[in-house]
Amino acid sequence: MAVRDPVPPIFRRGLPRSARLTIFLLLTLALMVSDLQLRYLDALRQTLTVISYPLQIAAASPAEFFRNARAYFTNLATLNQENARLRAQQLVTARQLMDVGQLREENANMRRLLELRGALRERVIPAEIIFPARDPFSRKVILDKGSLNDIEPGSPVVDGEGVIGQITRVFPLHAEVTLLSDKNQAIPVTVQPSGLRAVMFGAGNGLMELKFLAANAEVKPGDRILTSGLDGIFVPGLPVAEVINVTRDSAESFARILCRPLGKVERSGAVLVLMRTEPAQQRPADEQALDPRRSTAGRIRNKAAAEASEAAEEGTP
Amino acid sequence: MQPTHRSSRLLQPVRMGFVVFSLLLALTLSLIPAGHFLAMPDFVALVLAFWCVREPLRVGMATGFVLGLVVDVAHGAVMGQHAAAYVLLAWASLQNSRRLLWFSPGAQALHMLPLFLMVQVVMLLLRLLAGDRFPGWEYFFTCFTTAILWLPAHYLLLLPQLRPEERDENRPL
Repeated sequence: MAVRDPVPPIFRRGLPRSARLTIFLLLTLALMVSDLQLRYLDALRQTLTVISYPLQIAAASPAEFFRNARAYFTNLATLNQENARLRAQQLVTARQLMDVGQLREENANMRRLLELRGALRERVIPAEIIFPARDPFSRKVILDKGSLNDIEPGSPVVDGEGVIGQITRVFPLHAEVTLLSDKNQAIPVTVQPSGLRAVMFGAGNGLMELKFLAANAEVKPGDRILTSGLDGIFVPGLPVAEVINVTRDSAESFARILCRPLGKVERSGAVLVLMRTEPAQQRPADEQALDPRRSTAGRIRNKAAAEASEAAEEGTP
Repeated sequence: MQPTHRSSRLLQPVRMGFVVFSLLLALTLSLIPAGHFLAMPDFVALVLAFWCVREPLRVGMATGFVLGLVVDVAHGAVMGQHAAAYVLLAWASLQNSRRLLWFSPGAQALHMLPLFLMVQVVMLLLRLLAGDRFPGWEYFFTCFTTAILWLPAHYLLLLPQLRPEERDENRPL
């Protein structure tokens, strides 16, 4: 009679291949659900970037080197042209800046007269797009600044011409910007001449779409679209897009309005991250008396934020 | 040079260090910022499938799972999207490894094409379920470019094992 081995075969051989497959697939499904629905996985993501970010930089630097080399060897004529254009542009902006300085002073005086408090002051962090993210299903780019440079999720990102997107994920050394042309990105806007308010969504193919506007809405090609600031995230009045095509189909109750972004969405370059420092909240006196510890903490934080914004303003002449 | 089961040529045992190095290299190659050039081959899937076929006892679904997670994070995709696809790819390659090794490298590439297509389809299905939009038919070019790369990858990754037993100073390979 054969001696029976006390260890059952499943432990000697390990799990069968099909069982391992099932376990791994269930694990990945659990990961997907917790990432998409519950958003639990930020810590895991942050940890894995420790592995992936050096590789990403290693892969991106040869491409960047070639780009820089090509820029180095651009011919004199192009540079002269660009120089002339920039000079002309600088004259225009210098004049605007003079106006702005005067207006700002005037505004401060008016606010003091009206005893309005908490004018919005924003901090600006310059950053650079290092590469577009590889995921073909979404439209994202990677910035070279992260949480170590005080970048916060949710901040709007603009370039010289207009809004390009919003920061959605922040890692220590880099940040992910979801571009306005991403299908899941929405931004509240106003249409310029008519003043209509609407919400704009990415169409996914590099263009954007104004949704939920009535078929007889007063929108025509060439209209400019600005942020409305209703969300409390985007500063009002930033240029976003230009209407290129309006289709009014009587069968549908909404017009189909396609827009082209004004900012150089999806091209690399220098951008600005607008950090919004909230206006100091005025607390009621009784609450201050009730909870001195909390109010002190708030004051200190506000002071720190104010100092930081002043420092940022001094840094940018 | 035809290092399949049909050839009489004997291979040296693989070094695990080289396997890890090749997987890391594939990971780096897959992170090259190609923008929206959709026909970029999936280097990680290629090298992972290759080692699953060649060394089914050492490289398998766990490797695919870990690599998939890293690719997900680096590409900014949904967590688990590449992991699921790579686990399935590793499983299919393990199942087919004994049969595949009797074919010539070209025929192997043809056999791998449906597996790489499966990787694309799995990721597409998962993302469509998650509510994303279809990126266009060019999306499927990736599996063809990956399968074409099977031939050069086959020779490159087997080079260290093709060295002769006794070293000849005049002929290093």
